Amino acid sequence: MVTGGTEFDLLHWIPLAPLFAAVLHGVLLVVVRRTVSEWITVAISCGAITASFVISCAAFARMVRLPDESRLLVDHLYTWIGAGVGSQAFSTELAFQFDPLSAVMTLVVSGVGALIHFYSWGYMKEDEREDKGFQRFFCYLNLFSFAMLLLVLADNLVLMFLGWEGVGLCSYLLIGFWYSDRNNAYAGSKAFIVNRIGDLGFIVGMLLLFSMLAEAGHPTVGFQDIERYFAQIADVELDLPAWLPGGPSYRAVNVVGLCFFIGACGKSAQIPLHVWLPDAMAGPTPVSALIHAATMVTAGVYLVCRMSFLYAAAPEASAIIAWTGALTAALGAVLALVQTDIKKVLAYSTMSQLGFMFVAVGCGAYAAAMFHLATHAFMQALLFLAAGSVILAMQHEQNIDAMGGLRRRIPRTHWTFLIGALALSGVLPFAGFFSKDAILVAAYGAEVAGGPWLYRLMLATAGLTALYLFRLYFRVFRGKGRAPRGLRDRMEDPPGSMVVPLYVLSGLAIFAGLAGFPQAWGDLGWVDIEESNSFANFLAPVLAGSEREGLAHEIEYRLTLRAVLAAITGTGLAWWLYLQRPTWPEKIRSSFHRLHHVLVAKFWVDEIYGVLLVRPLVAISDRLLYRGIDAGLIDGLLVNGVARSIRALAANGLRYVQSGLIQAYMFLMLVGAVAIVALLMR
Amino acid sequence: MTAFVDDNLLLLITFLPLGTALALLVTNALGSLLGLPRLPTQVWRITAVAGSILTFLLALQLVFVFDPVSTRIQFVDHREWLPDLGIHHYFGVDGISLFLVALTALLVPVAFVAAWNDIDSRLRSFVFCMLALETGMIGAFVSLNLFEFYMFWELMLVPMYFMIGIWGGPRRIYAALKFFLFTMFGSVFMLIAMVVLGWLAYEQSGSLVFDLVAPPGMATPALLDVVVPLSGDAPWWKTQSWLFAAFALAFAIKIPIVPFHTWLPDAHVEAPTAGSVILAAVLLKMGTYGFLRFGLPLFPTAAMAYGPWLIGLALVGIIYGSLVAMVQSDVKKLVAYSSVAHMGFVVLGIFVFNVEGLVGGVLQMINHGISTSALFLLVGFLYERRHTREISDFGGTAKAMPVHAAFLGIVIFASIGLPMLNGFVGEILILMGAFLHSPGAAIVAAIGVALSAAYMLWMYRRVAFGPVEHPENRSLIDLSLRERVVMLLLLVPIFWIGIYPDPFLRRIEPSVIEVLRQVDRRAEPGTRSDVIPPVREARP
Repeated sequence: MVTGGTEFDLLHWIPLAPLFAAVLHGVLLVVVRRTVSEWITVAISCGAITASFVISCAAFARMVRLPDESRLLVDHLYTWIGAGVGSQAFSTELAFQFDPLSAVMTLVVSGVGALIHFYSWGYMKEDEREDKGFQRFFCYLNLFSFAMLLLVLADNLVLMFLGWEGVGLCSYLLIGFWYSDRNNAYAGSKAFIVNRIGDLGFIVGMLLLFSMLAEAGHPTVGFQDIERYFAQIADVELDLPAWLPGGPSYRAVNVVGLCFFIGACGKSAQIPLHVWLPDAMAGPTPVSALIHAATMVTAGVYLVCRMSFLYAAAPEASAIIAWTGALTAALGAVLALVQTDIKKVLAYSTMSQLGFMFVAVGCGAYAAAMFHLATHAFMQALLFLAAGSVILAMQHEQNIDAMGGLRRRIPRTHWTFLIGALALSGVLPFAGFFSKDAILVAAYGAEVAGGPWLYRLMLATAGLTALYLFRLYFRVFRGKGRAPRGLRDRMEDPPGSMVVPLYVLSGLAIFAGLAGFPQAWGDLGWVDIEESNSFANFLAPVLAGSEREGLAHEIEYRLTLRAVLAAITGTGLAWWLYLQRPTWPEKIRSSFHRLHHVLVAKFWVDEIYGVLLVRPLVAISDRLLYRGIDAGLIDGLLVNGVARSIRALAANGLRYVQSGLIQAYMFLMLVGAVAIVALLMR
Repeated sequence: MTAFVDDNLLLLITFLPLGTALALLVTNALGSLLGLPRLPTQVWRITAVAGSILTFLLALQLVFVFDPVSTRIQFVDHREWLPDLGIHHYFGVDGISLFLVALTALLVPVAFVAAWNDIDSRLRSFVFCMLALETGMIGAFVSLNLFEFYMFWELMLVPMYFMIGIWGGPRRIYAALKFFLFTMFGSVFMLIAMVVLGWLAYEQSGSLVFDLVAPPGMATPALLDVVVPLSGDAPWWKTQSWLFAAFALAFAIKIPIVPFHTWLPDAHVEAPTAGSVILAAVLLKMGTYGFLRFGLPLFPTAAMAYGPWLIGLALVGIIYGSLVAMVQSDVKKLVAYSSVAHMGFVVLGIFVFNVEGLVGGVLQMINHGISTSALFLLVGFLYERRHTREISDFGGTAKAMPVHAAFLGIVIFASIGLPMLNGFVGEILILMGAFLHSPGAAIVAAIGVALSAAYMLWMYRRVAFGPVEHPENRSLIDLSLRERVVMLLLLVPIFWIGIYPDPFLRRIEPSVIEVLRQVDRRAEPGTRSDVIPPVREARP
């Protein structure tokens, strides 16, 4: 735990710079309504996010100069919401904190964010689909950067919730960016509503935590204070309804932990709230890269890590998280195998990788989760941006069956995509290898119910990762070209503003892993490296359970070997199936057509929700509540029934009074008033 | 001059609108006596707008001069009127009524300007109704004599009735009558309970009393000194339970609490835009305001005893209103049902009897007033252009009316409680208060928050997005300057309360604590809630 805090006045500019850019765009779009030149738009937006990145770096430089135990920068603006007194005083500050955990997130968000802003310039330039689309796009993108940076810098739960909902809003706006297509607008709403269901968990968790702290005499929602007083509420028991399994008495931290995890499930697309992510690919590709791969979807993982002290004390909740993550990882990997849309494959891949991160936090390896979060941000963003280049080259064709052999047509895109695929598959020595290895090691050593199976499932999923990624790679870039001849001849790599971000991300995808060079390897002494696993050491002061004893080195080497074998097997299988025996996939598909059908239908989860939840709810609302109770019972029977009987009585007397002449009414009113006053004054 | 204005601020704010209306009426009458032509409608309209803007400026002055630290009633104006009957002219504001007055004074000119083209017949009568209505609403918020409050309460009814009945849609007569009878039905019970209350005072102090509290510095008897017997030791019609029930019925119909809500959708659908704005933004608040001002302090034991039931009804309203809103095909009806849900939040906040809940409840009254009236205005703009409010008649309006779509988006997100916009601040405080009182209630209410996103976004998607299917929607004209200015005016409080609510909360909180202390003081020992805080020092 970090104590004390150093004032750092620039901190609030990290989120506010993009906010001001977004507001400026908003005013230009809504109030001024003049077309602004492309250059000015780009200058405002990219300038703002670059400024955020620069300030983040400055804050980082300032922070690392502090000793390990007091690495905390704070910046307090004003009290946002405050009410209540005494032991119930509720107060939310508009205040930011920058500790190692926030630092990692901030650098990733503003860094990758800046790259994607630049990439978007080229990507959206030709887009004429909607009115003032270019500027509107950058407005939303800036607004998103603001919300995401606020989320990771907030020093309390309520302010974090502001960012949490804010990124949801931007996700909604950007998924439905091309709103003239009904499906896009639908996908946007779906994402927001599913997220709202998750947010229910966030809110309830927050309220429960606050009320417990208030009862202990420390009403607070600030992270630092929650951690400080956490010991006093760690053993509180809650009585919940007896029909819940395992009850009726629960440890409150488990309940709080699960509530927050429901929120995390929504944001990070975990079972059962994963259904929105594939549909979210309706948005422009840079959006998918930034929001639905690199940053927003990792907010759930960040939340759990932020509350790591709580989850470390809540083993039951952690076990549920680990297994949910594992099942999501496996499901995502399996579904990615049968998708034919290049972006959907990557969407399921994202879902699967997020599952890996949740396995890590569930096993108490918070540093490993954060490590994979960071490397995944580089790798997945790289894959998405490269996919965006492919889509541009293919003139907005996304079906991989229509691609193939693009290696020679768009060589730069090809190389960057290959690097991304290798890295994410966990091939040595790319970044993904190190981070995934750390998670597998954690899963192996975890004291979670069904632990060995958890590890085996994750190992298999790691193999599947390589398989689906290289299926994608071989189908898109190798083999015979399946695109129409005319299109193939016109294909070219994207312009410089789009390629440079790809190169930078490729570099990160290759080398970022070294930050988390495993301790076990460093001890071998093969490589001359100053400090092994500097990433985990950097985060250690703010994450719980960092002092835990690791596995014996021999076991770790064995696990690493298995991970390498899994990646090689997956890659090799893909190479053999899609390059050497290109007819086999088709044969396999037709002999398992039932299974294939189930997978393509995504296990009918959407349909099941429709039948079990949405349609009954609408039917009940419409038939029972609206037509039955409202119109039938209350209005039809009671109100109008009474009215009818009275009218029948008074039909002849009253109708002359209702002349409809307003002057007459007013005159009568005046006479009446005068009469009453006169009577009273008598 | 300024001294005069400052001394009579409340009187001016309350009666300036009616004064303007009467002046116009008299000028008109005098003119016709002299054989001159009638005043042109344009003069009526401009004078009315000017009068209401002046009222709003005075209300702003009121907010600025208001002392945020004091828990007392401010700007007290107490004059003897009918002393034998205990009826006095007694005005005053505290943090609870302050912003409601300001809200009313803001929305009347907004409604006037927004409905510039909407009303094309009987404009003079319309102007008269609106201004009389404004006096009625503000008067009800600042009256601290129960009888005077009742007068203003009833005064509001008549212009609103005409508003729906004359300028309304096809089923306007039915809707107007329904509105009138529902409200009258409740008011009658309140009137009877009021007389009983006065009688109780007479029995105890020897004179009829209707002043709620004694004006500062005066030792006159007041209603809050009257002991209202609990059930058992008095005839049933004198007991707290029955008196509270009578008041509660009147308020519940006005709010409206399920199952007394069915007048609201009809009234909204039929009323002209300006009427809907005033109805949703201000008239509904009379009910919740009445609970806070009279219901809770006068009958604290009964209020606490009935509290769980009212919380229950509020929760039913939140879920029921949201679900029914989800299946509406008429935009206005959808917004009307969403009002039922949102007002459920306010009721929930009031009956959890703690500072968070009450502050949140008061703030949510303001929030709902702003965002719902903005929604009605935006729906009205669409209606003016297309003469339909069926959701299925729209689709893709963002293409032709991007500015309208942008405003609609902001207001919708304000209404579903997106942080940084006003709705969230009120909702989170209410949820916080509710959770401290009973966690289950807070969880149910939080489900309502999730549902609100479902019905609002569903509507937004079908109205603004998707392909343009009806050719009429292709050539829609985007918002005019007048319409944009009105909307921007409403966005100011939406963002202000969302980003920096402290100036509002700071003024509301002391008065809310005062209400809780009144409740605490008058409640039977043993029934009092233990969450009522001591008087707090002013926040630095």
